[in-house]
Amino acid sequence: MSLVGHLIQVTGPIARMRTVAPVGVLEHVLVGHDRLAAEVISIDHDRATVQIYEETVGLRPGEPVHGTGHPLSVVVGPGLIGQTFDGIQRPLEVVREAQGIYLRRGAAAGLPPRRWRFTPALAVGDVVGPGAVLGSVPETPLVTNRVLVPPTLRGTLVRLAPEGDLDDTDEVACVRDAAGAMHVITLLQRWPVRRARPFRERLEPDRPLITGQRVLDTFFPIVRGGSAALPGPFGAGKTVLQHSLAKWSDAQVIVYVGCGERGNEMAQVLEEFPALVDPRSGRPLMERTILVANTSNMPVAAREASVYTGITMAEYYRDQGYHVALMADSTSRWAEALREIAGRLEEMPAEEGYPAYLPSRLAAFYERAGRVTTLAGDEGSVSVIGAVSPPGGDFTEPVTQHTQRFTRAFWALERELASARHYPAVSWKGSYSFYADNVAAWWRAESGLDWLALRRRAADVLEQDARLEQMVRLVGADALPDRQRWVIDVAALIKEGVLRQNALHEIDAFCSPAKQVRLLSLFVELHDEGASLLELGVPLMQIRERLDRGRLTRLKESVANDAPELIDEVWHETRRELASLRRQAEEQAKGAAA
Amino acid sequence: MIDVDRADRIDGPLLVIEGFGQAGYGELVEVHGPTGTHLGEVLSAGEDAAVVELWGDTTGLRARDLRVRFRGEALRLGVSREMLGRVFDGLGRPRDGLPAPVPEARLDVHGAPLNPAARDYPQDVIETGISAVDGLNTLVRGQKLPIFSGAGLPHDELASQIALQARLTGGNEDDAFAVVFVALGISHDTAAYFRERFAASGMLGRTALFLNLADDPPMERIVTPRAALTLAEHLAFEHGMHVLALMTDMTNYAEALRELSARKNEVPGRKGYPGYLYTDLAGLYERCGRARGRSGSLTQIPVLSMPGDDITHPIPDLTGYITEGQIVLSRALHRAGVYPPVDVPLSLSRLMKDGIGEGRTRDDHAEVAAQLFAAYARVREVRNLALIIGESALSPTDRTYLAFGTAFEHEVLAQGMDETRTIEATLDRAWGALSRLPMDELQRVSYAQLTKHYRDAREERTRGHA
Repeated sequence: MSLVGHLIQVTGPIARMRTVAPVGVLEHVLVGHDRLAAEVISIDHDRATVQIYEETVGLRPGEPVHGTGHPLSVVVGPGLIGQTFDGIQRPLEVVREAQGIYLRRGAAAGLPPRRWRFTPALAVGDVVGPGAVLGSVPETPLVTNRVLVPPTLRGTLVRLAPEGDLDDTDEVACVRDAAGAMHVITLLQRWPVRRARPFRERLEPDRPLITGQRVLDTFFPIVRGGSAALPGPFGAGKTVLQHSLAKWSDAQVIVYVGCGERGNEMAQVLEEFPALVDPRSGRPLMERTILVANTSNMPVAAREASVYTGITMAEYYRDQGYHVALMADSTSRWAEALREIAGRLEEMPAEEGYPAYLPSRLAAFYERAGRVTTLAGDEGSVSVIGAVSPPGGDFTEPVTQHTQRFTRAFWALERELASARHYPAVSWKGSYSFYADNVAAWWRAESGLDWLALRRRAADVLEQDARLEQMVRLVGADALPDRQRWVIDVAALIKEGVLRQNALHEIDAFCSPAKQVRLLSLFVELHDEGASLLELGVPLMQIRERLDRGRLTRLKESVANDAPELIDEVWHETRRELASLRRQAEEQAKGAAA
Repeated sequence: MIDVDRADRIDGPLLVIEGFGQAGYGELVEVHGPTGTHLGEVLSAGEDAAVVELWGDTTGLRARDLRVRFRGEALRLGVSREMLGRVFDGLGRPRDGLPAPVPEARLDVHGAPLNPAARDYPQDVIETGISAVDGLNTLVRGQKLPIFSGAGLPHDELASQIALQARLTGGNEDDAFAVVFVALGISHDTAAYFRERFAASGMLGRTALFLNLADDPPMERIVTPRAALTLAEHLAFEHGMHVLALMTDMTNYAEALRELSARKNEVPGRKGYPGYLYTDLAGLYERCGRARGRSGSLTQIPVLSMPGDDITHPIPDLTGYITEGQIVLSRALHRAGVYPPVDVPLSLSRLMKDGIGEGRTRDDHAEVAAQLFAAYARVREVRNLALIIGESALSPTDRTYLAFGTAFEHEVLAQGMDETRTIEATLDRAWGALSRLPMDELQRVSYAQLTKHYRDAREERTRGHA
């Protein structure tokens, strides 16, 4: 660490310095006597501008700036899982122990030191390339941390730790590169926060990321390695849905970034997750979760960094061959941090005051999602779900518009649905997903049913219902012909029995794929059966009388995820009920003919 | 502490001192001029100039006839428990003619963010005695729940009623309850109204008032909520009190911020408000909650009037994105004579779900609230339909919804300005309204709850009519 310059001006999170020694752009520097974390954002002759990640009150011109010689970095290694970090990866629990309930300046960074049981997977003398697995440590009961050769290194293993306990800063291995230089590898490694970690090649999406949310998995699916945008006005349930995704998605590692959002929500996550159990492994959810919490009242520059901190950690686990999902709530707050900093730098504003590079930053972020072959030849993925908070719920604003361009699933939340307490308030009219075709084969293999066709027929019923809605508003449902009223009936059943889901209900919070397909199939079959009875001249009243609608719409809550066949049984019963109507109608028709 | 005896530029609230390079960013500045003493803070600290923002009125200030004192630290407020029962100005100086209480601590009014990992998740209810709040939008200790209102709507009445009636459920901890009332640019009449209501109910002793009135300098308004919340945090986290901070009217605060931003030639965001309005508001609203290992809590009820009743206006919009729900007042209900005129579909308490239920309020609370929301949504559809095709053409079920709607508005929502209802009573009234609907319309309540309450409520009602 060496002196690189002195401050000449301080304005909020931005400061200018006069340099006395060379600094690099994006170099991590420490500002002032309190050594506040900062990053160089531009250099002009002997002047440099820095962005400071902590509160700057009291900072004065003339105070020293020290360089670290490396870019602002994320520390990666075992021990990340289960932690809560701020935007520049300081573990908040450690900070709390040091500072009490309030966040003060100059908090020490760094994970609490720990020892790990290392098991080697290679031998001295082996030739290793970037990303090669040297061995592993058991990070949590759910995640085995694979210790990798850094992505830039290639050479021969000259030393490798034997099976045994290691401190996280102890040498794990030593590699001699082609030039003969020795490189020591430790469990903890650094990676520049703004640089995407390399992989061998990008793969086509092949299977869904199951979220356990019917409206998403069934109607607007996301894939492993995919990206989705989740825009909605306030109060529409973005955060509750993001929490549900973090809880129930079938990813192996979850990175949840609370970016410029509420402190009480993070407290809720911290309270809930350790107590919740992953439905697949039976282990506490915290054993696969990393939290990044930079709430709205924490320094704005660290908010800007928080999404990068999150996705870099996500890529680190992807490179070990895991399927990782990252939730960012909310990317709008990140964009606003960009805008705020750009304003302080007196940059020329583009749309609504956002800097002109907003779209390219968004694109670069969402492009870090993907299903890949890792450098070591394994498969891993990062899926990204970004919440968007458009001002006034207006989806034509820049952040929503640009996010829409760079993501392939769009889950629009609607205020009207939320007002009627229909959650998740994902609009079936305004949402879409381009991934349905990618995952159709998986669903067909999983369920044995033509998922794509079922989904289309259900969507068709909802579509017809939306068209009829106008009419109902004008004349009332009772004035419509039976055929149309039946469509409205079934649409109501689908909304209540499939689309609506209770995030707080013990069973309904998560819905297994098998259960989802059967529910969908039930309502689609019911629609067809009813429509054919109406054809035969059976009055709608009679069909309605035979249906126990409450029972059908509560199947989502009454049928356990591991007993989806109960849904088929209910459907068979319902069909038997309706079959008697069919017989009557057919007999009447015969009678009339005779 | 450093003194400078001149300023080189004065531009509204901004003061530039050239050639002075020893200021610290954000430090407190006192300016002594012929018109008195002004307070402000350093906006930009450069080696060749310092820019100072003054909070008071700068009329009559002369560039060569003043002394600028740099205090070397940010604005601090002396805080103490003795401040309850007292009245202060917008910067925390006594306004009631009494000497300032002896401070227990002097704290930076900007506060410091609570560490998210040190927060406790709020789960204990504050009973306000108001059905529309307790039944449908339950307030939880540590929550921030704003009231979105409009000009001419009874938000002052509602806010003061909440402040007076608020009590903790489960336990007699009333002496641990305090109210911090923050007036931001409101009229003398309104301030007097609040004061009288607090005094009449004998609650003044548990209240600290910070008054920045309409004719006080607008720039001071930037400091007022910070000073008040500094006291509130101290009472909550050092004295273990349950503090309710009532801040009205946040629209005036945001307008002062806009004015200041324009003076600074900043790039304006939506409707001329600065791009950092979200961050600035969050810096206030996030100063609430509960902290691990501390027994107190800080709950906020900011009141704001929506310009033109527009909920998408930047002030309510950004507020709604930060707060944990909102209570929206409806002009239509107000015209219909319903007090409090709470717009049910638009109102929401995000923290309600974990604060209510068995052992906290009552086991049917969540289901009843969900059912009321759903049924009332249907009422609005049916009313629209009735306007077009006439009430007589409605189906029998739809007509029961009309009956439910009227009962709900007049028997559940409406109540007197001095009337306190227990949560129990609110839920019983809710069942009374729901019992107007056929049983199979009540899809959001479980069969167990239906059998327990529905028939009783129906019989109760028929007996009442008989």
